[in-house]
Amino acid sequence: MTAERVLRRGDDSAVLRLSETEAAEIGNDPGASSDDDRVLLNMGPSHPSTHGVLRLMLEMEGETVLRSKPVVGYLHTGMEKQAEQLSYLQGCTNVTRMDYAAPLFSELAFSLTTEKLLGIEVPDRAVWIRMLMCELNRMSSHLLFMATNGMDLGAVGMMIYGWREREEVLRFFEMVTGLRMNHNYIRPGGVAADLPDGWEEEVERILDITEPRLAEYDILMTGQPIWRERLQGVGVLNTDEALALSATGPLLRSTGYAWDLRRAQPYLAYDDVDFDVLVGTYGDCYDRYAIRLNEIRESMRIVRQILEKMPSGDYRIQDKKVTPPPRVRIDQSMEALIHHFKIFTEGYKVPVGEAYCAVESPRGELGVYIVSDGTSTPYRMHVRGPSFINLQTMPHLMKDGLIADGVAIISSVDPIMGEVDR
Amino acid sequence: MSEEENTPADDAETEAAVDPAPDHETRYGLVVSDSVGDIVLHSSAADYLEAMVAAHDDGFDQLIDLTAVDYLAYSAPRGLPDGVAAERFEVVTQLINHESGERVRVRVQVSGGDPVAPSLFDLWPGCEALEREVFDMFGIEFADHPDMSRILMPEDWDGHPLRKDYAVGSIPVQFKAASNIR
Repeated sequence: MTAERVLRRGDDSAVLRLSETEAAEIGNDPGASSDDDRVLLNMGPSHPSTHGVLRLMLEMEGETVLRSKPVVGYLHTGMEKQAEQLSYLQGCTNVTRMDYAAPLFSELAFSLTTEKLLGIEVPDRAVWIRMLMCELNRMSSHLLFMATNGMDLGAVGMMIYGWREREEVLRFFEMVTGLRMNHNYIRPGGVAADLPDGWEEEVERILDITEPRLAEYDILMTGQPIWRERLQGVGVLNTDEALALSATGPLLRSTGYAWDLRRAQPYLAYDDVDFDVLVGTYGDCYDRYAIRLNEIRESMRIVRQILEKMPSGDYRIQDKKVTPPPRVRIDQSMEALIHHFKIFTEGYKVPVGEAYCAVESPRGELGVYIVSDGTSTPYRMHVRGPSFINLQTMPHLMKDGLIADGVAIISSVDPIMGEVDR
Repeated sequence: MSEEENTPADDAETEAAVDPAPDHETRYGLVVSDSVGDIVLHSSAADYLEAMVAAHDDGFDQLIDLTAVDYLAYSAPRGLPDGVAAERFEVVTQLINHESGERVRVRVQVSGGDPVAPSLFDLWPGCEALEREVFDMFGIEFADHPDMSRILMPEDWDGHPLRKDYAVGSIPVQFKAASNIR
């Protein structure tokens, strides 16, 4: 195996390194492309299969993609700049809007980094609640992938099924956090609220519903000759190329490389639960589909263990400098009132320093880097978005393939444009 | 498990956020320090590429992240060990060695007057989009990068938004009760 092809710089590279201005000039010049069969084709940013607003510049020869370039930034809203204006308490409301299919992971990475700088340890129950919510979120995110992947490849019914199962999880999120998305539930110091009464039954109900429906997906897609023909051998990447391109998550694991932060560098309490890290063999679109489908099953396995092992205790740290006091204490204690007031007006101060924490999101390593200058807002907050970086593999996956396979490849990289553009 | 554990447990007793290693240990010719449990290497723009080649040969097989920080308005101590001259910008590169699970962070001092750093494309081509993002947001150029262009902002955009002297901007808020609704 070699990563030689991803190191190429010139015209033999899979990446079309052409600016939009240059592309427009070629497009406006009628004589420019007449000397050969190559055509520049624009796809997106508004295209049903581009998962939001991804735009691709494609250099085509007939139906074959020669070189391509993802053009991003259509959803850029300056969230890293915005984070410099928000206190650490408000920070989670900002980062949760990045990866809108898996918002709890961004909140978790932001909270872990803040806690690392604060030097605090959250209570056991908070750790397990975080793990429960994140694994359910991984399920909902991969179910969304199942839906969109099916839709992109013509299994339009699948879109409704994937959405249906995801909705069950989102309903649970609404019950716990009050919102279906953008929860602001995981916060530095713990979580926003304890799990409501009857959460166990609700989680069991979700698991019981999802299990047989995943078996239906197998009938509908996994074993289907048309489905396999469409995905197997399409968009192939080897391990060295994936590592060289900084790819993480299912994209890296599909090449046969078992790297999952939950196993390799455990955070939360992943040490205390059993699960398998799933890897592929060929690094093609089918492997990435199969990994995500089975990761739903592994997440369900983890959730069942959490149901058994959920400890009792506090759901957030009892440090009144970081988490607000319970409402009832404000009526009884002057100090509680002052703490409450200070936290919600000024925010808490975080010691000077810089730190980085990463979690395994459904798309790969999601990391947050914070530089603190000792005030109550981050001096700099950077998010390592897995979709943004995984997107770089796309030209290499599409090289010399058909444009129809391009749709399967976009889908199997599973980019969330909110997190790509931030 | 690596030294960089993602739980804050080990860091509870760390008083100061940044403690330079006592003996000024060096690695790949760069000064090593510790930041709440993370291994940090400090480099100048001139030493950067050579040290990264050494790190690459030493088994750091993946570049996990690359970003920058503009320290223009930073008033606290920056946690730089002795002998590292502070500059306005820092390029922050995170590497991972999958074999040992070790992570290192490299903080490269880049001058504000002439913000140029070498590109790592030939070592880890995955830095392509990240270096373009840093160029876009901070105006730091990466020498010998295959496509040094903006990535998130429009091509004809003026200025670099994540610089500290770039204003946040605002839009006027209109209240229902206000008489002068524009």
